[in-house]
Amino acid sequence: MTSTLKISALTKCFASLKALDAVSLAVEPGMRVALLGHNGAGKSTLMKIVLGLLPFDSGSVEVCGAAPGSAAARAGVAYLPENAAFHPALTGEEQIGHYLALRGESPKGARALLERVGLHEAAGRRIGSYSKGMRQRVGLAQALIGKPRLLVLDEPTSGLDPVSRRDFYELLDGLAAEGAAILLSSHALTEVEARTDRLLILSKGRMVASGTLSDLRREAALPVTIRMTARNGYAADIAKALPGTIRFGADLQLSCSQEDKLGTLARVTGLGDRLADIEVTPPSLEDIYSHFSRRDGQ
Amino acid sequence: MRRILATARTEFRIAFRNRWVAIAIGLMALFALVLTAAGSAPTGVLGADRLSVTVASLTSLAVYLVPLLALLMAFDAIAGEAERGTLPLLLTYPGSRVEILIGKLLAHLIVLALALVAGYGLAAAAAFLADPGAASGLPALFRLGWTSLLLGATFLGAGYALSALARRPSGAAGLAMGLWLGAVVLYDLALLAAVVADGGGWFTTDLFPLALLANPADAFRLFNLAASEATAAATGVGGAAAAMPLWQSALSVLLWPLAALALSSAAFRKVTP
Ligand SMILES: Nc1ncnc2c1ncn2[C@@H]1O[C@H](COP(=O)(O)OP(=O)(O)OP(=O)(O)O)[C@@H](O)[C@H]1O
Ligand SMILES: [Mg+2]
Repeated sequence: MTSTLKISALTKCFASLKALDAVSLAVEPGMRVALLGHNGAGKSTLMKIVLGLLPFDSGSVEVCGAAPGSAAARAGVAYLPENAAFHPALTGEEQIGHYLALRGESPKGARALLERVGLHEAAGRRIGSYSKGMRQRVGLAQALIGKPRLLVLDEPTSGLDPVSRRDFYELLDGLAAEGAAILLSSHALTEVEARTDRLLILSKGRMVASGTLSDLRREAALPVTIRMTARNGYAADIAKALPGTIRFGADLQLSCSQEDKLGTLARVTGLGDRLADIEVTPPSLEDIYSHFSRRDGQ
Repeated sequence: MRRILATARTEFRIAFRNRWVAIAIGLMALFALVLTAAGSAPTGVLGADRLSVTVASLTSLAVYLVPLLALLMAFDAIAGEAERGTLPLLLTYPGSRVEILIGKLLAHLIVLALALVAGYGLAAAAAFLADPGAASGLPALFRLGWTSLLLGATFLGAGYALSALARRPSGAAGLAMGLWLGAVVLYDLALLAAVVADGGGWFTTDLFPLALLANPADAFRLFNLAASEATAAATGVGGAAAAMPLWQSALSVLLWPLAALALSSAAFRKVTP
């Protein structure tokens, strides 16, 4: 399958600062890829290069089979900037109508688009009077225009309330199912964890990890946490039986590596009815994320 | 073409909401009325009808006011988009940067045209009231109208170029005012000073006419004064106007808008959002 977006060994410098350092990635049709990284990691820079807004120093970038920023690439790519801004004197409907016309569609479709992002009531009001989340939705609405083959979304859910976030990811699922490739950046790890196919972690301009969540989990090899609750009076017994256990009253906590997980669990279950409850927690995406980010001295 | 029209429609809407349409019309109308009131005394220019005289004084007004209005509308065009943060998204849409500029130019020209119709219309109406034979000045008025639009287009283009170079609206406003002062006021003063110092030498005979043609505001004035009969009512430039072939100033008036558009699109192309 040919990739909608293909980047290899991309390097970009701002004066002495290396904002991107030999970054390679590919996004296939129907794939939702999340770009993670600390503030200033280079996420927005990477996206602007994909859109042809910024020149780059070396490497290659191919968008829908064309050069970034070329007419063919622009026809197939939708973008949501980090801080979506619009002219305050226009209404949401007029602004979306304008974007529709720029893509060669009838401005009459504006209302329907705004309805898709839940903004139909404010469609006739000036954008200057919108809240941040409402402006963000105007940004989302314009990214849905036409049938983009690639969506580049820079922190699309910032400023959205929890319900709208869920609606937004449902929209994305629909687009991906129709074959759109999606590259989005985010700082909200939990939602990204559940709603994307692949994760890329940038740190100081370098790609420090890429793959599915379970790939990253395996590669990071972070310890699994086992939490146990002892039955009355058995806590001390259990702590003695399982070396390395930390005890807080009747609650106990034990960490073990991924490989030792099953063996440790067998020993824990061997304790029989001295245990009231047991809970196994794999490393969270936060843990994995900070593992990869920190490895770089972050 | 559709994209250009869409941009023009949106820009006109913005200009309307920002009161630019009202300000431009009000300003032109006000100055035209003041001019009419000031010029209502009999002028006694030989053979000239009332409207031709009005056109001559409107020409002197337009040389200052049209570039000013154009620059005021233009300086925000790109720097404002950059500052608001709307530029990056706009540039990811299909269509070239020239199309964006032409769309804006179209909208701003319509605003300018409305202002000119209001201002010149009022002045012409006053001339007709005072002199029933004013109709013979209509060709001059018509000529003033379309050359004013071309002059406006030139300074709109120059304003876009400055807007792209400055990147910030405040800087662009400063540059625009500097250009206005330089091109419309100081340029003529400097030329006159040079002519006086030269005392009828090589500069006055060879370079001075070219220097006038090179400035779009001067070329506009030359063309309108030379084409109309009322050169006698004109300022110091009048003498030069009489000596110069009409096609030269006409060419300058026609070419400058294209040059300004090329300049602005070159400057806009250099902008990285
Ligand atoms: N136009 C520019 N000129 C100079 N340096 C820049 C420019 N744009 C970005 N940078 C630098 O490049 C680095 C990467 O910035 P970028 O905006 O890509 O970060 P980011 O990952 O999007 O961060 P955030 O999560 O805060 O949005 C930063 O150190 C930033 O200061
Ligand atoms: Mg960013």
